[in-house]
Amino acid sequence: MAAVVGFADVEVGTELPGQTSTVTRADLVRYAGASGDFNVIHWNERVATEVGLPGVIAHGMLTAGLAARAVTAWAGDPGALVEYSVRFSRPVVVPDDGTGAEVVVAGRVAALLDGDRVRVDLTVTSGGEKVLSLARAVVQL
Amino acid sequence: MTLDAGLVGRSYPPSVVYEVGREKIAEFAAALGDPDPVYRDPEAARAAGHPDVIAPPTFAIVLSLGAGNVVLEDPDVAIDYSRVVHGEQKFVHHRPVRAGDRLVATASIEAVRTVAGNDMLTTRVDLTTEDGEAVCRTSSMLVARGTAAEGSA
Repeated sequence: MAAVVGFADVEVGTELPGQTSTVTRADLVRYAGASGDFNVIHWNERVATEVGLPGVIAHGMLTAGLAARAVTAWAGDPGALVEYSVRFSRPVVVPDDGTGAEVVVAGRVAALLDGDRVRVDLTVTSGGEKVLSLARAVVQL
Repeated sequence: MTLDAGLVGRSYPPSVVYEVGREKIAEFAAALGDPDPVYRDPEAARAAGHPDVIAPPTFAIVLSLGAGNVVLEDPDVAIDYSRVVHGEQKFVHHRPVRAGDRLVATASIEAVRTVAGNDMLTTRVDLTTEDGEAVCRTSSMLVARGTAAEGSA
């Protein structure tokens, strides 16, 4: 259980490889089934707009899961991600247009911590707007 | 539907045992489009030092969602689920969740707040093995959007 990236290999400012994912309505259905989160705002346009949302929105945890993927792929061992926290600042609206929404993830090492751990800060956007804020991972290197 | 500050600290009985299966982990990884073999291939997982396939770091949400429903079903927690959006989420992993784990989830209310007509409820869920080994702690903040508020996450 060890990351491929070594603590000595990184410094504050080290950038993670960027990642772009596409999220379609089909992805929302798949994530609903896998996660057990069947909240109607993630699949029913009528209810989503009735409660004041711009349309069907992605599960926040789908977006957060995609963002975490950028960290685990970089670290080389998903078990190295020991803490992860996100704030959902803006919904990812997923149109029913066959194209879906793009989620773009960028990350950089923001702090070196005790015990060969680092804090990675993530910037996660969709349509040019930040959809997660304070998205942070602590990684054991 | 303002939440009572007296709810903070309320804890709920432990869940029934959830047995983590390889197929469920693979299904969750597929839903994230994540091809990492440590989520699917026991040999690859063992080569990386894990006893069996491990789950993506956000997999714990599956258990914390289930355990969190106990809180939403509490008659004292009057929240309209159709108006609920996820505000914040945190995971602290003591070790990765892995196939074969028999986990128990214990929910408690960590914080309640009302801001600008929105009720905010933070639920903590502690995941342990049935033998009591700490595996993961999750903290989920849900926002019940008030009628006056415009959408945020």
